[in-house]
Amino acid sequence: MAMINFFVNGKFIEIPTIEGEMLSDLLRNRLGLLGTKIGCNEAECGACTVVIDGKAILSCNYPAQKVQGKHVLTIEGLACRENNESENLHPLQEAFIRYGAVQCGFCIPGQIMTSYALLKQIPNPNIEEIQYALKDTLCRCAGYPSIIAAIQAAAANAETGRAIESPFIPPAQLGGKIVGQVHIRPDAVLKVTGKAIYSDDIKFEGMLHARVKRAMVPAGILLKCDVSKARVLPGVISVLTANDLKAERNHGLVIKDWPVMVGVGEQICYVGDALAIIAAETREIASTALELIEVEIAPLQAITDPVDSHNPKSRLIHSQGNLLKHIKVRKGNIEEGFEKSDIVLENTFKTNPNDHAFLEPECTVARLNPEGRMEIYVGSQIPYADREQVAAVLGISEENVRVIGQLIGGGFGGKEDITGQIHAALLARETGKAVKLLFDRQESLIVHPKRHATQITVKIGASIEGQLIAVQSTLYGDTGAYASLGEKVMTRATTHSSGPYEIPNVRADCFAMYTNNPPAGAFRGFGVMQSAFAVESMMDELAEKIEMDPIKIRKLNALRVGSLTNTGQLLKESVGLLECIEKVEKALFERAGSNPFTPVEDPNKPEIVRAWGFAVAYKNTGLGGGAPDKAGAEIELLENGVFEVRSASAELGQGLPTVLQLTAAEELGQGTDAVRVLLSDTDLTPDGGPTTASRQTYVTGNAVRFAAKSIRQLLISELSERYDVSPDRITFIEGLAQIGDQKVPLGKISSILRSEGIIPKVLYTYWAPETKPLGDGGNMHVAFSFAAQAAFVEVNRFTGEVQVPEIIAANDVGFAINPLGLKGQVEGGIIMGIGHALTENFILNQGHVVTDRMASYRIPSIMYTPKITSFIVEHPTSDGPFGAKGVGEIVLIPTIPAITNAVYNAIGVRVTSLPIDQEQILHHSQIMQM
Amino acid sequence: MTTYQDYQIVKSLDEAFQSLSPGEDLPCLVAGGTDLLLELQQGRHKRVNRMLDIHSIPELLELKIDNNQLLIGAAIPVSDIACSPLIKEHAQAVSDASALIGGPQVRNVATLGGNVAHALPAADGMIALVAMDAMALIASPTGFFEKPILQLFSGPGITTLLPDQIITRFSVKMKEKGEGSAFRRIMRPQGVALPILNLAIWIKRDRELIQDIRIVFGPSGPTPCRAVLVEDVFRGKNWNSALLQIGIDAISSTVKFRTSKNRASAEYRYQIAKYLFTQTINDAWEKAGQDNNNGND
Repeated sequence: MAMINFFVNGKFIEIPTIEGEMLSDLLRNRLGLLGTKIGCNEAECGACTVVIDGKAILSCNYPAQKVQGKHVLTIEGLACRENNESENLHPLQEAFIRYGAVQCGFCIPGQIMTSYALLKQIPNPNIEEIQYALKDTLCRCAGYPSIIAAIQAAAANAETGRAIESPFIPPAQLGGKIVGQVHIRPDAVLKVTGKAIYSDDIKFEGMLHARVKRAMVPAGILLKCDVSKARVLPGVISVLTANDLKAERNHGLVIKDWPVMVGVGEQICYVGDALAIIAAETREIASTALELIEVEIAPLQAITDPVDSHNPKSRLIHSQGNLLKHIKVRKGNIEEGFEKSDIVLENTFKTNPNDHAFLEPECTVARLNPEGRMEIYVGSQIPYADREQVAAVLGISEENVRVIGQLIGGGFGGKEDITGQIHAALLARETGKAVKLLFDRQESLIVHPKRHATQITVKIGASIEGQLIAVQSTLYGDTGAYASLGEKVMTRATTHSSGPYEIPNVRADCFAMYTNNPPAGAFRGFGVMQSAFAVESMMDELAEKIEMDPIKIRKLNALRVGSLTNTGQLLKESVGLLECIEKVEKALFERAGSNPFTPVEDPNKPEIVRAWGFAVAYKNTGLGGGAPDKAGAEIELLENGVFEVRSASAELGQGLPTVLQLTAAEELGQGTDAVRVLLSDTDLTPDGGPTTASRQTYVTGNAVRFAAKSIRQLLISELSERYDVSPDRITFIEGLAQIGDQKVPLGKISSILRSEGIIPKVLYTYWAPETKPLGDGGNMHVAFSFAAQAAFVEVNRFTGEVQVPEIIAANDVGFAINPLGLKGQVEGGIIMGIGHALTENFILNQGHVVTDRMASYRIPSIMYTPKITSFIVEHPTSDGPFGAKGVGEIVLIPTIPAITNAVYNAIGVRVTSLPIDQEQILHHSQIMQM
Repeated sequence: MTTYQDYQIVKSLDEAFQSLSPGEDLPCLVAGGTDLLLELQQGRHKRVNRMLDIHSIPELLELKIDNNQLLIGAAIPVSDIACSPLIKEHAQAVSDASALIGGPQVRNVATLGGNVAHALPAADGMIALVAMDAMALIASPTGFFEKPILQLFSGPGITTLLPDQIITRFSVKMKEKGEGSAFRRIMRPQGVALPILNLAIWIKRDRELIQDIRIVFGPSGPTPCRAVLVEDVFRGKNWNSALLQIGIDAISSTVKFRTSKNRASAEYRYQIAKYLFTQTINDAWEKAGQDNNNGND
């Protein structure tokens, strides 16, 4: 038998060859080196980067036989490589942690290995050299600014030998002892050493591998689905079809309309519809079996445009009609408003679908545990919703399903719906074995819900002085084949479609339409990204028309304390929009002088013209709209003196464990070492609700805060009785309770209470303040975050190419609980916004996904990193934890219109559809004179 | 899906030709494999059972000046080509193009031989080699022979090479006084990272006289080709802005660009070609003139 002999992390390996094996599979599957991640398996994302003989190499596309005689270095071999002490991190690992370069963590091994190879070649690289070397090592959290800074810090460390110093990151203005101060993530060390476990890293003895037969036709009736040949392929253990569904046949977060599998005689509504599922001994066998399934489909005409879908003559996609929801906003009298206006402008804007392109593809492992309960290992944004949906389809009680949430390699809203959870569970039950269902990148791009493509017409009426009098908007949202969160997303798009302005007369109508495109659902920004692009473009058009400064017109109309929103909500507090605008304005004038919006030609490069653009935004925190919004949190004092905080709320990289850890530590008077956070296990952690709507810091943060207060009270009352000390003489200091004059370790207190049958544990369910449904007036949301951004663009007049070298941003977050994590959110949001404006084009052709590879759906690389000046504005909201409100989404929203407004200012072309198309820019600028 | 059954790494041409002996199921040659393996994995290439990895054959790794020729081994990783001072000196266009192929990790594996054998009409390295009028040395079971690089292509993705012929190296004439070359390209940020348009130009000048010129646009046809009618505008003329304008007009009338769906229309390619051409020819012209200043030969 042919053998491969090579070295991994200094250790000699001799291992038989396997046909067609790539190095990544050898490392992960046969050597158990799981730190090397597979993000795309198509040599695009860089997550699988290892260092071979000093050079960075993509291991997913490197035949294993090629390592013969070579030295391979993986992330596992980096720590303590420079010396022999076991716990010593490599300076790169240390710097990545301290600079906050680690978020979801999935790309981090690849980032660090690519950086390692760079530093071996160039010990002290400048920013351009770093960008050149890391160009194809993608980070969807887009921690690029922090990654660059971390690499430079590690390089400086190698030069000077001094320890890696933490960067200065401004704390919260009114920070506490713990909250509002800079702390590193509790999971950072695991993530920089490759020890962090994601779903695809989980293995069980005898585990089977599942694959799903997809319709690959956007509309039709399934006539035949013959699985007999697949069933008899050696190595195939089970093949299931819709015939095998004995209980609930659909899933869905709001409306259960998404078939688990489409049966013969039933309708196919999009290319990703599942027709059959296979479990086999290996993924290769399961893949081969897919091709043996014989399918016949009678095609139907695909409806792929939401406006067409609204046409009464269009074919009905679902029996109840093509309209998911007509959403209305009414304020004042719109006709009168336009009559009173001196200026009325109207334009129509289109946004394209976007894919979340989280670097970790969807993966579920399901197994029956020895007690016969179904265990689901998955990185999910809503573990309890997974549990409910799996149980319903399996026809078992929810208590018989345990969802054990894993680390999530990016979510951004794309891991809210069911993907493989139900299919894996069905196969695990059928076979009695553990079953892994891993999507490849192509399947991920085809199957999971996208951002809603939306057509938005905005008609805006104002006085000659720039006062907004009336805004009317009409939206057509493409919600795709199934409901997902479409109604919620498009409601947010509608209510935010007149911008963060006080306007007496508002009318908005949104038609959320079914089509035969992939479903659309939650995606960071949740509809508001789309409407902000439209209304902020119109604000600039209006400013130009009346020859007013774009910042001044926004200040004039901005929501402020005392304003009434378009849904009739009186804003009583926490409206930091004006301060955001002023902060950005001041920095902008300092940076660019008093005319930042006029184009400036480059004296040395006649093709380049530059200008700034400006935009503002707001975004709700929490579910709102009358939906009960609650989260549970449990805190227990363990016998080792650690408080364990538990909630089934998801960490997608945004830093929730840090927020909860700091919140509990602050309330309990402890350091961060004394607080541990456990998330997303439906057996062990109470329901924290969905990780969506920028709600976790506020809702689960509050749950933890009140749980911490409760356990503190519980401990004080127990100790007061036992030690006969008045409650006001009991305090908690790090690791200890100060009881009168006596200091008692917390672990001891836990043991004492337990010995007496008292478990020092509290459960607190926090209910966010009640909100009103749209149309009822009053408080539709508990709070709003606000933001302003200025974007600097560089347009090539001869090619239409656009670059964004600089962004100035201000975000009103209420209170910065976790400043290091906040920095990551702000930078990552801006760069995702740049991606949406410039690089990301999810292309559909008659319902078929054209951009079905990472190579064709491009997310921003480190080359797109702008210089970012960020201001944190803190107008606290009284019910938020320490005043905090959501930040995860607002950060991305103004970036896009700020860029498109800057393009207009630079070259006079109004961008009306996304992403910016350089060919269209050139076409419209009509200045090809050389 | 298993991409291939057998992957054999050969260390010499002899060993390679043993595996390529006729009668058997002929293996598919692979050097870096960065494109080929993906095409196999994604079902864009006919299935192969055997792969013959030629990336470590010594003849394919040589980089040297010999007999007034710069010899560039076909299996040298393009990252090495991009940072080779020798190649920068004698074939700047090849150096610049190589620095732009794929991404950093891919460049550590990908080869110029593969870039050429892949025969895409706009492969950066290949376009630059055409402008340098490179010759390819090909090893076959019966011996070596040379071919001008343009004679290697018969269609998009198709070469004139037989399955048992191996490109071992490219040769480019050593730079002489008054010669210079440049490579540039225009991308779009969406979609597959292939250039919308790339361009390599080589110029030989004597003060203000353009003695000779080679101009290669990609993609400008199913196989790479020189813009000979544009070259004719410049050859033997004195450099001036009026001439440049005539050259630009000649692009519109003589070079064939096409529309690629979701990437670029032909019209757009013609528009940006003017800019790309101006930039690149200025660049090449200046580089060709640098010797006049510093006397470097």
